[in-house]
Amino acid sequence: MPIFIDRRLNPKDKSLGNRQRFLRRAREELKRSIRDHVRTGRIADIDREHAVPMPRKGTSEPTFSDAKDSGRRQHILPGNKTFTAGDLIPKPSGGGGAGSSGPGTTESEDDFRFVLSREEVLDLFFEDLELPDLVKLNLKQILSFKPRRAGFTASGTPTNINVGRTMRHSHGRRIALKRPKHEELDAIARQIAELESKPPDAAIRERIVALREELDRLERRRRRIAYVDPVDIRFNRFDPQPIPNASAVMFCLMDVSGSMGEREKDLAKRFFVLLHLFLTRRYERTDIVFIRHTHEAKEVDEHTFFYHTESGGTVVSTALEEMYRIIEKRYPVAEWNIYAAQASDGDNFATDSERCIELLDGKLMRLCQYFAYVEIIDERESHIFGTTENGTTLWRAYSEVDEKWPNFQIRRIAAPADIYPVFRELFARQPALRKNA
Amino acid sequence: MGRGPMVSQARKSELLFSGSDWDFRKLARVYDEIEAIGIDELRLDIYPVQMEVISSEQMLDAYSSVGMPLMYRHWSFGKHFLYNELLYRKGARGLAYELVINSNPCIVYLMEENTMALQALVTAHAALGHNHFFKNNHLFRQWTDAGGILSYLDFAKSYITRCEERHGLAAVEAVLDSAHALMEQGVFRYHRPPKLSSEQQREGLRERLEYEERSYNDLWRTLPPSPETGKTETDGNVAAERKKSLNLPEENLLYFLEKNSLVLEPWQREIIRIVRVIAQYFYPQRQTQVMNEGCATFVHYTLMNMLFDRGRISEGAMIEILRNHSNVIFQPAFDDPRYSGINPYALGLDMMQDIQRISTEPTAEDRDWFPDIAGRGDWRDTLLDAWANHRDESFIRQYLSPALIRKWRLFVLSDTADEPHYEVASIHNERGYSKIRSALAQSYDVGASRPDIQVVDVDLLGDRHLRLQHTVKDNIMLEGESRDATLRHIRRLWGYDVSLAAIDAETGAMLSERSTKEL
Repeated sequence: MPIFIDRRLNPKDKSLGNRQRFLRRAREELKRSIRDHVRTGRIADIDREHAVPMPRKGTSEPTFSDAKDSGRRQHILPGNKTFTAGDLIPKPSGGGGAGSSGPGTTESEDDFRFVLSREEVLDLFFEDLELPDLVKLNLKQILSFKPRRAGFTASGTPTNINVGRTMRHSHGRRIALKRPKHEELDAIARQIAELESKPPDAAIRERIVALREELDRLERRRRRIAYVDPVDIRFNRFDPQPIPNASAVMFCLMDVSGSMGEREKDLAKRFFVLLHLFLTRRYERTDIVFIRHTHEAKEVDEHTFFYHTESGGTVVSTALEEMYRIIEKRYPVAEWNIYAAQASDGDNFATDSERCIELLDGKLMRLCQYFAYVEIIDERESHIFGTTENGTTLWRAYSEVDEKWPNFQIRRIAAPADIYPVFRELFARQPALRKNA
Repeated sequence: MGRGPMVSQARKSELLFSGSDWDFRKLARVYDEIEAIGIDELRLDIYPVQMEVISSEQMLDAYSSVGMPLMYRHWSFGKHFLYNELLYRKGARGLAYELVINSNPCIVYLMEENTMALQALVTAHAALGHNHFFKNNHLFRQWTDAGGILSYLDFAKSYITRCEERHGLAAVEAVLDSAHALMEQGVFRYHRPPKLSSEQQREGLRERLEYEERSYNDLWRTLPPSPETGKTETDGNVAAERKKSLNLPEENLLYFLEKNSLVLEPWQREIIRIVRVIAQYFYPQRQTQVMNEGCATFVHYTLMNMLFDRGRISEGAMIEILRNHSNVIFQPAFDDPRYSGINPYALGLDMMQDIQRISTEPTAEDRDWFPDIAGRGDWRDTLLDAWANHRDESFIRQYLSPALIRKWRLFVLSDTADEPHYEVASIHNERGYSKIRSALAQSYDVGASRPDIQVVDVDLLGDRHLRLQHTVKDNIMLEGESRDATLRHIRRLWGYDVSLAAIDAETGAMLSERSTKEL
C-alpha cells in the first residue's frame, strides 16, 4: 500500500510570493495600465478587480534560440495525404508556415490579460498619489463590525449567561432524570410524622423504617441530580455584523468650459475617484451625481461629464443651484450624507462669486458633510500660487467660505500628488469615527 | 433458479470499485491490485509510491514551479502561473490529471476532481509507468538522484530565501534572471555530474564558501609572466596552456561562470549552482519525453485492459478510462487546425505496441527490419530493455518500423529559409522509411537541436574578454534580440565584456560576431 497524503487542506496561494515578485517586476507597466483605467473607466469601477494586459517590458526571459528565418531544417509531419517526394509547397506568406513546429497554436503573449485583485489595483493607483500608509490602510479595510445577538451557545463568559434558556434546560433535565421534588419529600416526611404519632406496633415500625429509607434515597438522589448543571447553561451568542451605514451621495461638480483640457480633466477625475473610494469604504450605498456647468448647469451621466465639451461662459453658481435643487428633490438630509467635490480652473464671472458665497454659506454648507474644491492650475503656476492667497475670483470667494466652515476645503492642484492633502482632514477623522461605531 | 443473479453477485464483489466517487480505501485497494499485476505481468520495478491528493489550484501552483513541490521563489514562476491559470480558466487547456516526480519515494499527485476510474488510470500511468521508467532508464539512473532531489530543493529554497533576506530581493533576482537565461547552456551533456548529497551539502557549504573566499586562484595572476618563460614559449603554446588550465572549451556556461567568474560573491556562485543542478536534473526528462510518456501510457493501457478482462473494472468505468485514454493519445494530422506537433503519448504508445506486435506476429518486412526481435515472442523483455537503455533519439532510430511510418503517414518537409517553398523530401515509401526514421530521431536529439554554444577562450592578461563560440549547423543562426539580451546576462555574471562568434560547423568559417561592447 502506498503512502497517502491529503494535501487539499494545505495553505493555498503557494505561488503568492511569485505573483508578488512578478507584479513588482512589472510595476511601471501595470501602473500605466491602471492609470489608463482611471482615465477611461468609470469612477466607481476603480475600486474593484481589473484585467490588465500581460506586461512585456522587463518580464521577458531571453535564452539563446534559433532564428526562425534562417538555415535549413526538416520538419517531420504526420498525416500525408497527397504528397510525393519532390513536391514543392509554397510557403504561406507572413512567416511561420505550415511546416513550423506549431502552426496556429502558439498564442501570442500579447493576447493575455490577467486579473489584478482590488488590493493590488489600489496599491498601484495610490503609488502616484503618495498617500500615507495609514490612509491606504483605512481605505483598504472593510467597514467595522458590531456584535449582534444571534442565538445561543454552550460556551461563553458568565456575563452573557441567558438565564431563561438555562433554566428551561435545567427544568427539562430535571424532569427527564426524575429529580425528586420537594413536595414528594414533604409528603413522605408528613406520613412518617403521622405514623410516629400513632401507637407503635410492629407493622407501623416496619412501615416507618421503609419510609425513612425511601426518604433517604430521594434525598440522595436530589443531591446527585443538581438543580442547575453546567450542561444546562446557555450563553447569548453574538455575531459580528457590519454596521449598517447610512447612504452617501457624492456630487461631482466640474467646469467644462473650453479652458478645461485633457490634463485638467484627468486630475479632476483622480480627485473624484479618491473621494469616491473613501465614501464607498464608509458607506454601504454611494450615489454619484455628476453636474457639469458652463454658464448653465446640467446633471449628466458619467461619460458625458468627462468626455463632452461645451462652449460657453462660466457661471459657477448655476452648478451650486442645480446641486441644491437635486438635494431638495432626491436626497433628504435625514437619510443621506452629502459630499461634494468641485473641480474648476477658477474662472468665474466676477459678479457670480458673491452669489456662490451666498449659496454655500446660506444653504449648501448646512446640508453637506464635506465640500472640497480643487482648483487645477498649471504646473508652472504652482510655485506662484502655492502659498499666496491671491488668485482667481472663485478662489478668493471660496477662501471666505473656507474660513467659516471647517468642513469646507480648498486646494490648488497641479499634479496627482497634490490631491491627497485635500482629503487629509477627512481621513484623519476616520479612526475616531470607527471607534464610536 | 437464482444462478444468474448469484454469478453477477460474485462478479460484482470482485469489482475493485463502483461508482465515480473515490475515497482513500478504494485508492489503496486499486493501487495494491495494479501494483501486483504490474509487477507480475509486466515485470515492472518501481520505487515506493507516495500519493498526494491536491486541488486544481494546487495543481496550477505545481505547474508554474516547473512541477516541483518545493521551489525557490522567482517572478517568472508567477508569470507562468498567470499564463497557466488563464489558459485553464478559458478552457483552452485542461489540467493534467496527475503529476509525477522523479524522486524516491516516487511522488504522484492526484487531482481531487478526478473520478475513481480516472484515479485508477492515473495510478497505473504515473505510479507504475512513469515510476518504472524513472527507476530503470539509464539516463535517470546515471544523471539524476531521485533520493536526494527533494532535500536538495528544500535546501535550495531556504538558501535562496536566506540570500534574499541578507542581500535583498533585487540582488538575488538579478542573479537568478541571468542564470535562468543560461539554463539551456547549464547542463553537462557528456560527462556525468556528481551526485547530490544534500545533507553533506548543507554541512559542507559554509566550509566550501569560506575556502573559496580565502583561496587564491592562480589563473587570475595579474603579474606579467617572468621574462624567461615569456620568451621561450610561443603565443600558441600560451593559449593552449591557458585553455587547458581552464578546461576549455566548456559547454556548460553556468558551470564555467560559477567556477571562474571574478566578480561573483560566494552566495551568487551558490545560486548559479542551484540553477545548474536543477537544469541538470531535468535534462534526462527532456531527452525521454516520447519514451517516458509512451512507457506510462503503454503500462496504463495494458494494465487497465488486464483488469477489465479479469472483471475487476466495470464496463462503465472502462468506457470512461478509454475515453480519457483516447483523448490523451489523440494525434491530429499536420493540416488539422488542432495540430501542434507530434504527440509524444501517441508516438510512444504506438511504437511500444508496435514492438509488441513485431515480437508476436511479425510480417516479412518486420523480419527484415528487426531480425533480432521479430517473432521473439516475449515482448516484455524487449520493452523492458528499451525502457532501460534508450532515450527518444536512439529509441526512434532503432525501433520506428515501416509499418508505423505508413500508419502515421509520416513525411519529411525540408525548409530552406530563403526559398519560397517547402520541398517534400521523403514520404512513407521504400525509399523514405529510413530517411524519415533518421530525421525523426534527429529531431528528438535534444543536444543537437538546440544551439551549441561553448566557452572557447578568455583573455586573461588583457581585458578579461570572454569568448564564446556558436557552432552553426545547417546555417541556422541565433535570433538577434534574445541573443543580445542573453549576452547581456552573461556579461552581468562574468563582469567583463563577452563576445559570441558564429562559426560554421562544416567550413569553420566565421559567420558573424557579436560582442557586448556593441550593445
